[in-house]
Amino acid sequence: MFAIVRKELADCFNSVRFFVLFLLVLLASGLGLYAVQQGIHTALQQSQAITENGFVFLAIFTSSFPGLSFLNFAMVITIIVPIIGIAMGFDAINSERTGRTMSRLLSQPVYRDGVINGKFIAGLITITLMIGTAILLVAGYGLRMIGVPPTSEEIIRLFFYFVITIVYGAFWMGLAMLCSVIFRRAAGSLLIPIVLFLIFFAWMFLGSVFVPVDSSATINVQIQQLNLQETLLRISPVYLFQEALYVLLNPVVMGLGVISSAQAAYMVPNPLNLGQSLLSVWPHIVGLISLSVVFFAISYVVFMKQEIRAT
Amino acid sequence: MNDKFAIETQDLTKNYGKVTVVDHLNFHVKENEVFGLLGPNGAGKTTTILMLLGLTEPASGIVRVLGYNPNREPLKVKRITGYLPESVGFYEDLTACENLEFIADLNKLSRAETKSRIDQVLEMVGLTEQKNVATKKFSRGMRQRLGIADVLIKEPKLVILDEPTSGLDPAGINQLLDIIAGLPKMGCTVMLSSHQLYQVQRVCHSIGILVKGRMVIQGPIDSLGRETVGGGRYTIEVETAAPSAALVDVIKSLKGVLNVDASGNNMSITTDTDLRGDIAKIVVQSNIPLVQIKVKEFSLDDVYMKYFKESQD
Repeated sequence: MFAIVRKELADCFNSVRFFVLFLLVLLASGLGLYAVQQGIHTALQQSQAITENGFVFLAIFTSSFPGLSFLNFAMVITIIVPIIGIAMGFDAINSERTGRTMSRLLSQPVYRDGVINGKFIAGLITITLMIGTAILLVAGYGLRMIGVPPTSEEIIRLFFYFVITIVYGAFWMGLAMLCSVIFRRAAGSLLIPIVLFLIFFAWMFLGSVFVPVDSSATINVQIQQLNLQETLLRISPVYLFQEALYVLLNPVVMGLGVISSAQAAYMVPNPLNLGQSLLSVWPHIVGLISLSVVFFAISYVVFMKQEIRAT
Repeated sequence: MNDKFAIETQDLTKNYGKVTVVDHLNFHVKENEVFGLLGPNGAGKTTTILMLLGLTEPASGIVRVLGYNPNREPLKVKRITGYLPESVGFYEDLTACENLEFIADLNKLSRAETKSRIDQVLEMVGLTEQKNVATKKFSRGMRQRLGIADVLIKEPKLVILDEPTSGLDPAGINQLLDIIAGLPKMGCTVMLSSHQLYQVQRVCHSIGILVKGRMVIQGPIDSLGRETVGGGRYTIEVETAAPSAALVDVIKSLKGVLNVDASGNNMSITTDTDLRGDIAKIVVQSNIPLVQIKVKEFSLDDVYMKYFKESQD
């Protein structure tokens, strides 16, 4: 299996695809840094770091362009990681078929699952490298810009963010790999994950379309409607990931869900500690991990049962 | 040649849905021989090969390849078996050498071993100069030759070739057949499937004809034609300098001779055993100059067409 991992990695690092994806990563980091330069002040205010209650360093990752509050480094990563994941997985298996290398490969002393596992691991390593590069680039240059070093808790939060992003990338790669097992043509296995990504991405903004909140209804009904909205939104893995990183990177966020102004009045304006932040997004993390595992497992089973005739 | 079997199957059966592709197939291939698997398109040749390698699970029946069961111990079988698929593909962006290195890596060869073996097999197939050329630039014939190199790099005990000569030019075919013919001397059993009867006849020691998933006949190639088409009898053809009725009568009276057809200077003698020596002696004693004497060989075409037709009926 490690021979396959080695070969896949070597192939990948020599490919044009890798080069293009790396440019994309650099572009994302550049955008993120530009956002830091433009919006760090607002971000510091929002995260209450300015009142010495929040975390200064994490604000780098959530600073957004003035006027475009959703466009920050974390959001750019939310968009490009699926692209990287899909690019790593969409032709993993069917390229072996169209290149007629499958039967030659499988007649070597390797188990059949070694092939798909090897490809998945190689993809995971590549995704990790890319995400790691992006985060370190922004962290490094951001550090130069603001001159405030991260605290140990910030480093741990960043690490969790890093891990969740890899899981998120693995989910998209697993989905693309499943398509590459099912579809013989790379065009099909590329289009379907991309369309799914666009749907899930747009899904995030459609909450009020699914369940319109009736402002004339009683407060209980409104809370019910908001909760239903949120549950529906969480079908989208993109939304799950967004919520998870939002809580992790903004310690000042008290939690997810509806909070009435009456409750808010009693809230202590301190940032949550790491354990509590993690606790509130634990279902999200578990959800993302299980989605990745489920998609990989399905592609694994389908691949193991497939006939490998060349024709 | 010893009598150990490299491949043995017993009632091997495979269905795709309701279609039975391989139907209670029984055959065996002796060690260190070249075995030709013949059959029309769709006879189940490739499916049989895939089952031998453990790449497809049989519905029922037993396969033994070099003493291993390919379904239970696929890695052991695949470690000592080389397989060249019908339409072989390579990683297009990698060079010939890199493609072979990957296969060597999968077979857990050491680095030094890999290097020397790559040079050795590329030399064998005549691709030394193209060692560092990306395989996307390779012609069909070069791919096929690289495929052979790819099979040989792990020094297999058994080589399975699916239509190895398809798409090659005559010179390429000759070169390939020479390589195949040389493999048994290296302690390697070869099984090849093909439609090219002439080529099979040239290199194979024994053949099997597969029609609709069943082995209709198998055996050593030299006796097969005589036994199947000639009814187990020899046909000896004698050419003399002058026709002689007396000579025909003498030969007819020889023990074991069943029939003599004389036309002009030629006689066609049907016998139970190989009587060439006796017949030659008689001809020479009768003072008629002997021009040539030979046992008529049945071509594989005769055998193939006979069985192919029978199974069509």
